[in-house]
Amino acid sequence: MLLHHAFEAAAQKSPAKVAVVSAEERVSYEELRQRAHALANDLREAGIRAGDRVLTLLDSGVEFAVALHGVLSAGAVFVPVSPLAKTDKVAFIASDSGACALLTHALLAPSWKPALPAMTSVRALWVAGEPVAGVERGARRWPAAAVRACPEPERDPDDLALLVYTSGTTGIPKGAMLTHASIASVWSSIQPWLGLRPSDVIGLALPPAFTYGLTNLMMGLATGATVVLDRSAAFPVRLAQTLVRERVTVFPGVPTLFASLLGLSDLATFDWSSLRLLTNAAAALPESHVRRLREVWPAAELILMYGMTECIRASYLPHEELQVRPTSVGRGIPSQAHWLIDDSGRILPPGSTGELVVAGPHVMQGYWQRPTETAQRLSTGADGRRRFRTGDIFRSDAEGFLYFVSRTDDIIKTRGEKVAPREVENAIYQLEGVRACAVVGVADQALGQVVKAYVTLDPRSALDERTITRHCMARLESYMVPKRIEIVDELPQTESGKIRHASLR
Amino acid sequence: MEELRSQLRQYIEDTFLMGVRAEPLADDASFLEHHVLDSTGFLELIAYLEETCAIKVADDEMVPENLDSIDSLVAFIGRKRAA
Repeated sequence: MLLHHAFEAAAQKSPAKVAVVSAEERVSYEELRQRAHALANDLREAGIRAGDRVLTLLDSGVEFAVALHGVLSAGAVFVPVSPLAKTDKVAFIASDSGACALLTHALLAPSWKPALPAMTSVRALWVAGEPVAGVERGARRWPAAAVRACPEPERDPDDLALLVYTSGTTGIPKGAMLTHASIASVWSSIQPWLGLRPSDVIGLALPPAFTYGLTNLMMGLATGATVVLDRSAAFPVRLAQTLVRERVTVFPGVPTLFASLLGLSDLATFDWSSLRLLTNAAAALPESHVRRLREVWPAAELILMYGMTECIRASYLPHEELQVRPTSVGRGIPSQAHWLIDDSGRILPPGSTGELVVAGPHVMQGYWQRPTETAQRLSTGADGRRRFRTGDIFRSDAEGFLYFVSRTDDIIKTRGEKVAPREVENAIYQLEGVRACAVVGVADQALGQVVKAYVTLDPRSALDERTITRHCMARLESYMVPKRIEIVDELPQTESGKIRHASLR
Repeated sequence: MEELRSQLRQYIEDTFLMGVRAEPLADDASFLEHHVLDSTGFLELIAYLEETCAIKVADDEMVPENLDSIDSLVAFIGRKRAA
């Protein structure tokens, strides 16, 4: 199955139904389909061919849904970039992926406009919103609805559909290659327990540029449901009002999002009668949150999930297990084989603690043009299935339920996002006057961990914390910018002179 | 009022905007749309307002109409102080 065919089928079945709600906009399946086809036609006229990568730098909204289905209809590969990404990151992903086109919005021009000279592979760009001064090269207006269908290029389910960049320990983002078939297999694995149906209204306050939000958007539109793209996560009362007004039935969240809703004193007084399903992913939901969510929404099922960009989903805890083992992520998804290994790669018996390996059709094809990094994490088993080392340490109990323990590497998890210390350190090292720096995650009640940077300076340097923050804000996504910076005289070192991160945590 | 406006502009510049944008942000521009503040940013902003402007921001006042631009902040704090 090709992913956009499921959307086409839903559009054919109920053309007049509302597909996407975003602020004041309510777009029907037929209109969304036509707008996606118009974009696909435009892409093809601009010379974008099957397999070409198309970069999408957009906030959550109707244009994002149009871009997703337009790119796939043109046979191209959808490369979502977080709208929080700054110029350097946008330029890096454009050149690393060899993207031929960029789909974006005028409001995000401060991020992409200075990156244009470095994006040499990008031949055409589509800018929604107001015209941006000084942008000529291939700039096009976002098309209106198509009058004719897009001619469908030959595509195979094993062709790439998505290239999603994720943080790597080296500090250089890597593109996880996901085919139509691997995403379709995730859908068929998780659909039995999500039970998505056309009558569902999915309240999506998560960014669709990340796989958790993206999966919800794609699956919702493949099912014929309505997806409410909401951007008011920063305003919990407004978010609650939207969820209630739209009679949302499914609400995917992350711990920080649930925490901000739970912070509302009158949350329980809203009419939540339509809400039937809550899902959590990206970070473990604290037991106290689980309890309070059950109190506020007793009629809704709560499913705790675990996954990552490289395979989208790896495990889920069924609702009925929530009372018994609220700290487990479950026993894996159907169609997946998984096991724990020790440091030397030996398979461990149930009841052990080790790194989780997952195998199955949902596992990515590898990291785009990074054979070394791919070989470190991905292999093919004797059964021909792709196996992926998750980098996450789990404990399993006698019945095979998995409990997250820690990372095998130094990746920091803050606000549900992964931050590679090296990426932050690389940014800080660009500053003149920095002698050395070490970035670590330190425990934080609200955010899980916060990013902290220790910096040593050249003796004559007058750098201060503010300047370092300013520098980081201009280069890194907001969640990567160190919340705390400490300028110190010395950093702890190992005997061989390497910085000892462990003693700073 | 003008004093408050420049104080808020300074705070936003110092805390969230530092070096990020080439052009200054207009007083009526949405912090959210321009990615000046994210959800943790708004929590920091509210803590700052409560501390320095001696006001208390209630749950139902945490809406973009009150908080999402310099103009709305000035008007919101003006209303709170008058009340």
